[in-house]
Order: sequence, then C-alpha cells, then structure tokens
Amino acid sequence: MKTLAATPGRFIRLGAPISVIVAAIIALVLVACALLASWIAPYDPTDLASFELINAELPPAFTADGDSRFLLGTDNQGRDLLSAMLYGARVSIAIGGGAVLLAATLGVTLGLLAGYFGGRVDALIMRIADVILSFPTILLALLVSGIARAIFPGAATAEWAPVILICAIAIHEWVQYARTVRAATMVETAKDYVRAAKVIGLPPRRIMLRHILPNVMSPVLVISTINLAAAVLTEATLSFLGVGMPPTYPSLGTLIRIGNEFVFSGIWWIALFPALALVILVLAVNIVGDWLRDRFNPKLRVKR
Amino acid sequence: MLKVLLSRLGQAALVMLVVSAVSFVMFRYVGDPVATMSRENASVEEKAELRRSLGLDQPLVVQYGRFLGRTLRGDLGISYRNQRPVTELIAERLPATLELVIVATILSLALGIPLGVLCALKPNGIAARLVQALSLIGISTPTFVTGIVLILVFAVSLGWLPSFGRGQVVDLGWWSTGFLTISGLKSLLLPGITLALYQLTLIMRLVRAEMIDVLSSDYIRFAKARGLPTRYIHFRLALRNALMPVITVTGLQIGSLIAFAIVTETVFQWPGMGLLFIQAVSFVDIPVMAAYLLFVGLLFVLINTVVDILYAVVDPRLRARSA
Repeated sequence: MKTLAATPGRFIRLGAPISVIVAAIIALVLVACALLASWIAPYDPTDLASFELINAELPPAFTADGDSRFLLGTDNQGRDLLSAMLYGARVSIAIGGGAVLLAATLGVTLGLLAGYFGGRVDALIMRIADVILSFPTILLALLVSGIARAIFPGAATAEWAPVILICAIAIHEWVQYARTVRAATMVETAKDYVRAAKVIGLPPRRIMLRHILPNVMSPVLVISTINLAAAVLTEATLSFLGVGMPPTYPSLGTLIRIGNEFVFSGIWWIALFPALALVILVLAVNIVGDWLRDRFNPKLRVKR
Repeated sequence: MLKVLLSRLGQAALVMLVVSAVSFVMFRYVGDPVATMSRENASVEEKAELRRSLGLDQPLVVQYGRFLGRTLRGDLGISYRNQRPVTELIAERLPATLELVIVATILSLALGIPLGVLCALKPNGIAARLVQALSLIGISTPTFVTGIVLILVFAVSLGWLPSFGRGQVVDLGWWSTGFLTISGLKSLLLPGITLALYQLTLIMRLVRAEMIDVLSSDYIRFAKARGLPTRYIHFRLALRNALMPVITVTGLQIGSLIAFAIVTETVFQWPGMGLLFIQAVSFVDIPVMAAYLLFVGLLFVLINTVVDILYAVVDPRLRARSA
C-alpha cells in the first residue's frame, strides 16, 4: 500500500482513471496534514493554556459573527476547531492504521498456519473465524471495549483507550486476512517449489516465512486499503458512542460526539466540520481501495 | 437430508454454547458483583453472606451449570444500574427496536429495488452513474453523521419532525407501538431513514448485480426474441428471479440491523435495546451486557440456521455438496 501510494507515477502507468488519482491525492494530503498537525495547526488543542472559555462556541470565520482568529470556529471549551480536527484526524488515522496492522499480522499468521498445516489446525482457526464473522463488527468492538472498561477502572480506561480501540477493531478484521491468506497458501503449498523445499528438509517456519509469504502478500496489501477506511469508520463510531477516545484527547469521532450535544441549539459547526473531514477521508481511501481491488484482484469483489 | 439438519443444529448449539460461556465469564469475572451490589460500608460478614446467596462460593462448573439453567428459564439476573430484572428491561425495549428495524427494512427495500433495477437496465445512463457515485458516498458516511445531518435539516432548521424519542405510544398488551399515533409515526421517520440508508446501498448493489446476471441469461434472450413486451420481460420475468437472493440477504441482515440500531438509537435517543446496551457498556452493567450478547447471539444463530436449512430444502445441489 505504501509503495503504491507513494509514487503517483505508478498510478498513471497502471491506467488509473482521473477520479482515482484525485482521490489518492486528497487522501495523501489529508494524511499528511494529520501527521504534521503539530506544525501546521494554528493552536495546540492539547495545551490547556492555549484556549479560554470566553472563546467557546464561536461560529466559523466566514459567517456573519465569526472571529477571524478561528477559521472554522471554536468548540464548547473555546478550542480552535480546525486545530482540534487536525489533531483528531491524527488520532483517527493512527488508531485505524494500528488496527489494520494488528489485524493483518494476526490474520496473515493464522492464515499461513491454517493453509500450510491443514487438518485440525485449519479446522480450529476457521471455526473461530466463522463464529467471529457471524457477529457484526460494531457489536464485537463494543463488547471488547465494555470488558476492557470493567478491567481497567476509571482513569486507566482513558489512558488505555487507543490500545483498547485497536484491539476492539482488529478482533473482527483479522478474519478477512486469514481467509484470503489461507486460500492462497493452500494453492502455493501444492506447488513444486514448496514441495522441493520440504524435500530438502527446510523447517516449516522458514518455508512459510521465506517462500510462501512473499507470494501471498499482494491481496493482503489490497485488502488493507479498504480495511483502513473501515477501521477509521469503526473507531469514529465507537468514539461517537462514548466508548472510544476521551474528550481530553479527541479523535474525529469524539469531536462529532461533542458537537452532537450542541446541534439542537443551532450550533452546527462543531459536529459538521469534523464529520465532513471524516467522510472525505474515508471516501477518498475507499475510492482508491475499490480501484486497487478491481485492478489487482477481481475475485475479492464478490465479498463486501 | 437428516444429516444436514443435524450438523446445522449441532453447529448452532456449539456457537450458542460459546456465546453463553463468554457471557458467563463476563458475568462472573469482569468486575466484582459483590462490590457492586453491597452498600458502601458493608461488613465482611455481610459480603460473605451476599457471596453465598449469589452462589459465588460454589465450584466453577456448578456455577456455569446454574447460569445455563437460569438462562434457559429466562432469568438473566438483575441490572446493577436499574435494580430490575434484565429480562423485563429487554422485553420493555424490544418493541421500539423491532419497529425501527421493520420501518428501515421496508424503506430500504422500497428504495433499493427500483434504484438497483434502474442501474441494471441503463448501466451507462446519467441516473445510474449518479446513483453509483452516491452509493460510494453512502458507504463512506457513518450512520451517526447521516443522523446528525437529518436532525440538523429536518428538526433544527425546518422544525418538521421530532429529533428524539418515540413520540406517543399505544400499549397493545406488552407491546407498545408507535404505529398508531401521528406523533409516533413522525418520530419513526428520521431514525427509520437513517437506519435504512445503511442497508440501502447493500440492497441496491445486490439488485443491480443480480439483475445484470439474469438479463444476460438465455431465457430472457429467448423472451426478447419472441417479441414479448419489454416491460413484461424486465419486471415479470427478470426482476422476480433477481429478487430471490435479495430476500435471503434482507432476512440475514435483520440481525445486523438490530445490532447496528445501537448507533441510530444513540443519535435519536430512541428507547430501544441498543440504547439500553450502550448505557450498560458505559456504566459497566455486566448483567445487561451479558444478556444482550446472549439475546443477539441467539437471534443471529436462529436466523442463520433457518436460512441454511431452508437452502438445503430448496436447493438439492447444496444438499449434495455439504453432505
């Protein structure tokens, strides 16, 4: 994913339509802005001294009573909304990326084991996968965070929130990796080069990591793009429901949750701008992901 | 045939056993029920007495057995937060969620089928492209954002529709319905649309794909060659066959819709099971969480098993493959 995204030239050579290139550029710009938040944000929303309650709930600068200091207005505590969004997007992307990384590692490992050894190992792993797949992502994620809340009391919950969120999202997403990698591994295991490697007595670990893994990686990269979009959405949903990132260290979802309380009083910007940023980010990643999937692995299209 | 039936039922029982075990472990090990239920300065003896009366001093297997027994009798414990039986709480909230899910399903079918057909019949038309683009935006927009935007437009700016609660409800025995009053129907509209939009994209894409498949099959080509009217071919011959898988998927999706209603219910403060569950999660109300998990798990397993068995009955090919 990274190598593809980093070189726009390859997109053009691969025959990407203009909409995909635009989406890729938007996604890259958004990710870059989020990563560079501490440099480009006008204020530091994590610094308690930088905002005052006097400035709370100011409308965006371009409206009639806007304040030119705050381009997109301020939130309920007087934080600059644009800065909070930039930092929030960084949290969202970091958690989404972390979840995809964890899910991919877990899924690829289990998929390799299941596909290579078959038999009981395979049956066990795939049964677990079936059970997990029969529940919707959001329910599992809520359960995980609910249990985690009970284990880590009070203040520790907020501290561990990113880790809890990553686990809660990954517990559902690894299944797709495991299924894909298992199927590809079964095909590879039957091929001559793997048989030859077995005959000369290489240990299974080495065969799986050095010989099979490189040949089953391309679908993994394709799945990861779409899963990143899905993970960012799940994180936002959990934070919106109040079981995600705490308001002191908000993600985009937390900001929307805060804003939701003010929607009824006509203060629309606190909820709407973070929501807009979230939708644009996810949409851009989805467009690129959809195209990658069709381009590299049309078979994956069926399951969505 | 019997073999398929038995293996499906066996699988279902296994999944339910796993779910009940998870729910038991939560019940037993996550948080200390004695600490939560006894008063602030209870003495050691009082706590031990409570522990005995709750059966927490028994061996683990006995406790699990008792848990299963109680669950089968419909006794799911008492909510830490509300101090009322969990079964009662869920029964009270069930109608609200089910009515929301029914409205959402009807709306998504009523919109999704025509739009899907439109996209399949004229795949390169402007309308079809627009619908396709909108559906991509639909996938990328989280449900709560849709809900907030709808509230902003129809409740805050225009003031046409209520934005929270169920409005006035009428009690029919233990079932309270919002279908019979005007304020109840109005209240159903925004959350119903919000939940339906989540489902709409899926149905639309499915109808489109199935319709394109059916339209290129032989019997449609022969019908065209016979000179039957286009309208008759498209809607009587093609659509009917394209709808079979759509009905299955819609049925299977009812379980996810109930789970996904959590988000919609939070946005609209809809007093359903989802809101009950999310409040239980934030207050660490374990009995309610465990019961909700059991209930939704049961629903999922039931729906999946029934669909699997029906498939085996209807389609002999599947029977041969899985046996």
